[in-house]
Amino acid sequence: MWYLAVAAGSFRRYATYRVATVAGVFTNTVFGFIVAFTYLALWHERPHLGGYDQAQALAFVWTGQALLASTGLMGGGLDELQERIRSGDIAVDLYRPADLQLWWLAADLGRAGLQLIGRGVAPMVVGALAFPLALPGDPLTWGGFLLSVLLGVVVGFALRYLVALASFWLLDGAGLALISGLACMFFSGMVLPLRVFPGALGEVAQLLPWAAVLQVPADVLVGARSGGAVLRGLVFQAAWGGALLALGRLVQAAATRKVVVHGG
Amino acid sequence: MWVRSALAYRASFLMMAFGNFAANALDFVAIMLMFSRIDALGGFSLPEVAFLYGTSGVSLGLTDLLLGSIEGLGRRVRDGTLDVLLLRPAPVFAQVAADRFALRRLGRLTQAVLVLGWSLPRIPVDWTVGRALMVPLMAVCGAAIFAAVFTAGAAFQFWAQDAAEVQNSFTYGGNAMLQYPPTVFARELVRGVTFLVPLAFVNWLPALRLLGRPDPLGLPGWVDFLGPVVAALMCAGAGLAWRLGLRSYRSTGS
Repeated sequence: MWYLAVAAGSFRRYATYRVATVAGVFTNTVFGFIVAFTYLALWHERPHLGGYDQAQALAFVWTGQALLASTGLMGGGLDELQERIRSGDIAVDLYRPADLQLWWLAADLGRAGLQLIGRGVAPMVVGALAFPLALPGDPLTWGGFLLSVLLGVVVGFALRYLVALASFWLLDGAGLALISGLACMFFSGMVLPLRVFPGALGEVAQLLPWAAVLQVPADVLVGARSGGAVLRGLVFQAAWGGALLALGRLVQAAATRKVVVHGG
Repeated sequence: MWVRSALAYRASFLMMAFGNFAANALDFVAIMLMFSRIDALGGFSLPEVAFLYGTSGVSLGLTDLLLGSIEGLGRRVRDGTLDVLLLRPAPVFAQVAADRFALRRLGRLTQAVLVLGWSLPRIPVDWTVGRALMVPLMAVCGAAIFAAVFTAGAAFQFWAQDAAEVQNSFTYGGNAMLQYPPTVFARELVRGVTFLVPLAFVNWLPALRLLGRPDPLGLPGWVDFLGPVVAALMCAGAGLAWRLGLRSYRSTGS
């Protein structure tokens, strides 16, 4: 399985950016503190807002910071693919005897794995030391959480892959990537948990694919989903992941028909 | 030149400008969503929080417009392209700041100005000429303070190369913090941004004075007016750090 080798290579590649990882941990921790204090004030004003108690809300904040880098909530990870499309190097990739989408999925999973360990664990530990967090004690919930994170990473990848493919038509995809990143921040629960959104907005937001990236894994971890609801959450994520990857294949097929290789 | 190059990909430029506007607006949307569930946060009403949000955002927006490119310094140190700038007969600082000047950053500033404008008639302030003058003064001093942080952060990149994100936690992180009332945060944190990295002078202290609220640290009243002094000291310190950093710069050798 050479896709496994691609994933391992990507993992090692991101592992070399040690200073950047430490800097990222620092930033995630600082933002974690700021958001945690605003949530404390918010839950002080309205206890049990969105069905979370204070410890759950705080755990939600730090889960968001821990998953920010690995799920690619703010974009990134596929900049290189976007650049290869813009410059035309993508023509070389299409000649390779590997599937383009699976290749980049493998690379993204490797990146996400490293960033979950490198940029996820440390902020969570600091958060747990500084605030009373509602974290589960049983390994089963942690297992469900990790599975949910994996599916969240796949959905995040599928979305970013579609954005990257848009470069075939837009040439400079930076603007679209920025807007897509914002949509992801807002509708994933990173800005505010989706259950706290008022009325219909909250209900609709929980059905959109972005909810699969952060809201579902975080709910599994803080215990807002348990038993059958965990399973329903995983099915929801898998369904969006499958649908978006399939859509990615369709767009990829349309895009590769469009590629005209210039000579030279 | 960078303005023209940005306009070359028109669709992308429009999306970038909108995105920058929206990126900043997202924080305010979060605040509005919060206030759809509550009446006061840390004892502050929505217009008062909007005032804090607007003043901090305008300051950071001004700095970002003029110096935003400076965070790319680490990349230039890493790949050695800083050498090119050293050969040109213009100050390196000005060159790095003007590098990839991005007109789209107006989006951030515009959004903050709009929120500030919305909040001004709604906050409970008995406006006099002196009080009205405090608002633009806050914006300018705040921008100078943020500029000093940007510059010091960039100077740090001469050594740390890969650590641009640390700078972000002080600039954008500081901005995120200043958007909320100081009463929301733990006292140690408020002390940190008053005495250690004096971001509290960007808007917290003068805004508390305008709104007629006591500051949570119980500092003497005249401290609220130290903004210009703090800004000048910080800029001098940042300038010194920049010189030291530039002098210690060794090219990549590749």
